[in-house]
Amino acid sequence: MIGMLAWIVKRDLLLAGRRSADALGSLGFFVIACSLFPLGVGPEPAALRSMAPGVLWVAALLAATLSLPRLFSADHADGTLEQMLLSTEPLVLIVAGKAVAHWLVSGLPLALLSPLLALQFGLDSRSMAVLLASLLLGTPILSLVGAVAAALSLGARSSGVLVALLALPLYTPVLVFGAGAVDALGAGGGAVAHLLLLGAGLGFALALAPWAAAAALRIALE
Amino acid sequence: MSGHLTPGAGTVAGATPGAIHRANLQGRARRWLQFASPAAFYGPAGTLATLLLPLSLVLALVGLYIGFLVAPTDAQQGDAYRIIFVHVPAAWLSMVIYAAMAFWSAVGLVANTRLSAMMAGALAPTGALFTFLALWTGALWGKPTWGAWWVWDARLTSELLLLFLYLGFIALQAAIDDPRRADRAGAVLALVGTVNLPIIYFSVKWWNTLHQGASVSISSAPTIATPMLLGMLVMALAMWSYAAAAALLRLRCIILERERQAAWVARLAQGEHA
Repeated sequence: MIGMLAWIVKRDLLLAGRRSADALGSLGFFVIACSLFPLGVGPEPAALRSMAPGVLWVAALLAATLSLPRLFSADHADGTLEQMLLSTEPLVLIVAGKAVAHWLVSGLPLALLSPLLALQFGLDSRSMAVLLASLLLGTPILSLVGAVAAALSLGARSSGVLVALLALPLYTPVLVFGAGAVDALGAGGGAVAHLLLLGAGLGFALALAPWAAAAALRIALE
Repeated sequence: MSGHLTPGAGTVAGATPGAIHRANLQGRARRWLQFASPAAFYGPAGTLATLLLPLSLVLALVGLYIGFLVAPTDAQQGDAYRIIFVHVPAAWLSMVIYAAMAFWSAVGLVANTRLSAMMAGALAPTGALFTFLALWTGALWGKPTWGAWWVWDARLTSELLLLFLYLGFIALQAAIDDPRRADRAGAVLALVGTVNLPIIYFSVKWWNTLHQGASVSISSAPTIATPMLLGMLVMALAMWSYAAAAALLRLRCIILERERQAAWVARLAQGEHA
């Protein structure tokens, strides 16, 4: 079973590597979206510093939704997904593997890039570390919950918009605790509680989201 | 569902009282289960709706009478508070309808009954309407009392997110062409939303306390006068019966649309034209 999971992750990473423009595209979107905010609200360092966690997190949410339709659509188009459904391996595992690969391609680089953007917003090093930690804990949740939305909107009309409409309301707790972790640090409180809650959310999503996504895939392909 | 049952066990001579009781229960269950068929429920849905609509009208008149004429003027907010008689029941209903939608979605997924999924689909627009109504009246109430149309209060924000969940459900069902697929996908979404709703509520609540302190608090409302509570309850019942009637009428439309190839719909159409 672990072999299957590793195989799926490896396969999706290989496919993403062959079409690296897709992954780089959503990363580029993240950087551009973050850079637009200072242009929109003005360059005052204090205002930017207080906005930074929220801006980075919202941009991360949007970048994640942008890359969600890719999660299943290519496999759906060439029939691979149907073979996966017919496979003797549990579909839940396959979905989990695809979500992990999606995170490795979209969430992880985004989180690793965040200190650079935080620097532009004038965050200090401790806030930067908390931001990085919150993104590392939170972006996997985005991939897992997003897999449910992607599976539900598979084959629907205008699925790109639909996926955002479905996923974004479900993402709000991640946004609250992710951006809240950095804010809490700035307000003098510890960020640990927020990070622990994000960790709990990750465990929760890891346990439940693959099941829901697998059920949605079965519905989409029945 | 009734695969393992022994039909007619009650008529067998020498059956134990337990068996007779079981058979009675089975008979009753079957009588109810026949309404899982869209064709069988089409008529009763119309009857129920025609009963509930006048009931909701009467209750609304009584509730508004209590709200406007019997309930005393609030010491702090004056007469502006009277929107509570629309606002609070609408907010209750917005959550109750989501719960009902999730319930019927779960039934539809588990028992694979078409009518349950249709019911969930019929409830969604009414739920979205009440959520919008709660937000709208909240804004109208907020302006004179808080001085702002909108405050990022925990309840307001989570109600707004509830509206987004409703809209997502409606959009998903509208975007899938195959009705059975749309039903089932919507059901999964409704259940995912139900799991997520408490998390959203508590996260927003915590976010709110972190950000703006207790500048605006509607959770620590003072104890309210009995006519106020009574008016609110009557209005809640009025909205409840309106919501049920509206959902049932919409359900009838959905049934006709889905079953348009069926013989009974053709007979119905001929009967109406003749």
